[in-house]
Amino acid sequence: MKHSEAAEKFISDNERTNWHDKALWFVRAKRDIAIKQVAEWEELRALASQIKAHVMSNLDVLLEQFEANAIKNGIHVHWAKDAEEHNNHVLNILKEHRVKSLVKSKSMLTEECHLNPFLEKNGIEVIDTDLGERIIQFRNEPPSHIVLPAIHLTKEEVGETFHTHLGIEKGISDPKILTDIARAHLREKFLSADAAMTGVNFGIADTGGFVVCTNEGNTDMGVHLSQVHIASMGIEKIIPRQEDLGVFTRLLARSATGQPVTTYTSHYLTAQSGQVIHLIIVDNGRSKQLGRADYVKSLFCIRCGACMNTCPVYRRSGGYSYSYGIPGPIGSILAPGANPKEHSSMPFASTLCGSCTDVCPVKIDIHQQLYSWRQDLTEDKKTSSSKRLIMKMMGIVLAYPKLYRFSGITARWFLGFSPRFLIYNKLNLWGKQRELPSVPTESFRDWYSKNRRANL
Amino acid sequence: MSRESILAQIRKSKPELVGLPILPECHIVEGDLTEQFKKTLLLVGGQAIEISEGDIELHIKKMFGYLKLTACNDGTLNFSNIDTCSIDDPRELRDIDLAVLRCRFGVAENGAVWLTDSDLSHRALPFITQHCVLIIPKNGMVWNMHEAYQRIKQENYNGFGVFISGPSKTADIEQSLVIGAHGPKSLTVFLTT
Amino acid sequence: MKIGLFIPCYIDQFYPKVGIATLELLEKLGCNVGYPMDQTCCGQPMGNSGSEKEAVKTAELFVKNFQTYDCIVAPTGSCACYVKEHYDILKQTDATKYVRENIYELAEFITDILKVDQIDATFPYKVGFHSSCHGQRGLRLAQSSELNLPFFSKQKQLLSMVKGIEIVEIDRRDECCGFGGTFCVTEEAVSVKMGKDKVADFVRNGAEVITSGDVSCLMHLDGIIKRQKYPVKVLHIAEILNNTIER
Repeated sequence: MKHSEAAEKFISDNERTNWHDKALWFVRAKRDIAIKQVAEWEELRALASQIKAHVMSNLDVLLEQFEANAIKNGIHVHWAKDAEEHNNHVLNILKEHRVKSLVKSKSMLTEECHLNPFLEKNGIEVIDTDLGERIIQFRNEPPSHIVLPAIHLTKEEVGETFHTHLGIEKGISDPKILTDIARAHLREKFLSADAAMTGVNFGIADTGGFVVCTNEGNTDMGVHLSQVHIASMGIEKIIPRQEDLGVFTRLLARSATGQPVTTYTSHYLTAQSGQVIHLIIVDNGRSKQLGRADYVKSLFCIRCGACMNTCPVYRRSGGYSYSYGIPGPIGSILAPGANPKEHSSMPFASTLCGSCTDVCPVKIDIHQQLYSWRQDLTEDKKTSSSKRLIMKMMGIVLAYPKLYRFSGITARWFLGFSPRFLIYNKLNLWGKQRELPSVPTESFRDWYSKNRRANL
Repeated sequence: MSRESILAQIRKSKPELVGLPILPECHIVEGDLTEQFKKTLLLVGGQAIEISEGDIELHIKKMFGYLKLTACNDGTLNFSNIDTCSIDDPRELRDIDLAVLRCRFGVAENGAVWLTDSDLSHRALPFITQHCVLIIPKNGMVWNMHEAYQRIKQENYNGFGVFISGPSKTADIEQSLVIGAHGPKSLTVFLTT
Repeated sequence: MKIGLFIPCYIDQFYPKVGIATLELLEKLGCNVGYPMDQTCCGQPMGNSGSEKEAVKTAELFVKNFQTYDCIVAPTGSCACYVKEHYDILKQTDATKYVRENIYELAEFITDILKVDQIDATFPYKVGFHSSCHGQRGLRLAQSSELNLPFFSKQKQLLSMVKGIEIVEIDRRDECCGFGGTFCVTEEAVSVKMGKDKVADFVRNGAEVITSGDVSCLMHLDGIIKRQKYPVKVLHIAEILNNTIER
């Protein structure tokens, strides 16, 4: 479905739209307060962006260094060129260790690979352990936001979901009580799981270790209580030096939620005794994106979600209005790279206001990339042919002054003298909820000819 | 092999080499590290208490005396009633009410405390416990994460290291903050003098 | 110094009084202003819609019209920004480069080039200022709320020189109004919702008049105001800076 159609549906519930907009604006406001505490914020953004630029330009070397160090630390390293290979790696590892039940912490990469349905089909019980993820897993929904996966739901709906899936009393909607219920439920899952799966926020080339950031502590509960730890990492998640974390940990949580740092910043170098760590390095289209000069910066993303919280379109249309798993501004520059035809409407779901670019902690030029994708998708004829034709005609009218002036006179005459029903009908999308400007009898040029040119 | 094909594709696609920037030594900030730490920890749902080494036991009894099972990584403190070192399976830590852990250092700008494998009998301990007390020397404080990673580099760590900033929390239901998601429901840091 | 006045297509056709106010204001400030009679548009509508190739001829016409002036001034941040940022679609001749370097949004021109520190204008109303995105984040006419840098706004600075004016602050000082070029029709529902929220923010905070450096935003907001019958009016910043009539 096109973004505009899905968005219209979302907006038809005005109350919910207002609520969604305010909830996310609140996160943006918390972020603003947090960054104002850091005098050198803009310097940090520049540093992070430079580090990431270096990473992209030296990615093969850094990945090899990372791999060698990780192996030295006893980590089993696997490579996956696409989602299918990634999922097969996971399944094979689980089979090898006779795993029946897997606890998972949040990983957008495994979402991207559609890992859960694949594992379930193969008889593995998968438990998402991030509270938001667990809620949407019960509901069989994808995340609507990369940091706040259940932001589209009200507490009443969460209560209803727990009533259905956990058998709690009907009508409970207190977030504290609901969280306590989930805590007890998931504790049992942690204690009975055979393996834990996590994402990776940062893979550190010079130590071979990796870092995972969470607030709930679900990653560590899962990992330290099970015998097998599987971590999936996109190739772009590499940073060169451990001390680079000083820059990124200062940016990540402040941008994401306005916290000074995530509650847990866990550094995994080696497995604890009796445990194994498998790390899967995943490409899935990233190495292609690396070669697209206009879009390579999209790989800088550290998945903080700040561009979603600030985006006036995202806040009013919800995560599900975007056709790709990662919604919002960052999703809209990643999606066309993954599948241009399917996601062709996403780069147009923006006013190009540029707020995403200014809020981004690693300085991705998001709105410029949206503009570029619009050009590329149009050039590749992935947009509607009628729209392309209209633009072609406009381009002709505006290139010839006489034609432009004639069209202007005609348009003003039409708007000035037509009866209302001729102007305000369903073909006129402007006029559906807006009045057209009142029509002046003369253009500025006409006025100028009479009042200035005559005096020259 | 996917490894080779991925690396080959990267070599083909990657942009021209860009230099790696030099990181700031540490952004100098004027202010009281202890006060900043206390203020920030409060903000993230924890609390920091300045205390003299000799008063730790008494204070813990006063604060957490009602709790049954307490683990501690320091044998000189005399209130632990479970020896976690004798436990093999970390799942057996499930009933622990309180973990008292001596740690390395704290970070003033974000209220985080650094601890590593060598501070832990089990990695699960600071997560599975219902309440957590972390002890750091008051003078063992760095200002920010740049300084923190410089210190980590010097001291090195094996295996596992974690920054903990406050108790576990979530805001996944309607953005309302709830303390005590999966890990500890409270986190207290003792700053010892 | 000879100034070339650029009046964007929609102002020319639908808001001539904004063009007139701009011209009169510049003349009042002592400028020698010329208006190339064969101007049309900057090309942005095609570019933002993904068809920037269709904008090439229009952009070439723009360069041809304005290359002989010392400065080009436009009562719009959006079009000025388009010329600066996106005229890379043209061959970078000396004329193209010259035009890109010497185009200014009106308030930018008055503060940075004319360095005006007083304005002879009176406007005794409560005024809310809408910082249009391309002016703000494109031309940096004002500091973005996203950045941790000191606040400034060239347009607000000029407005504060007007006698009798009371500038009203809004809750979300630089959120987009939802116009967005063809976005306003291709994403009609989101566009209108954003516009409604923007107008409500101004009304809630007591603005009698909403002003901006861009008529496109105001046209969108005014369409909503008139349909919804909100008690607030829109005026371009040039109309306020050129106003001497008492209440």
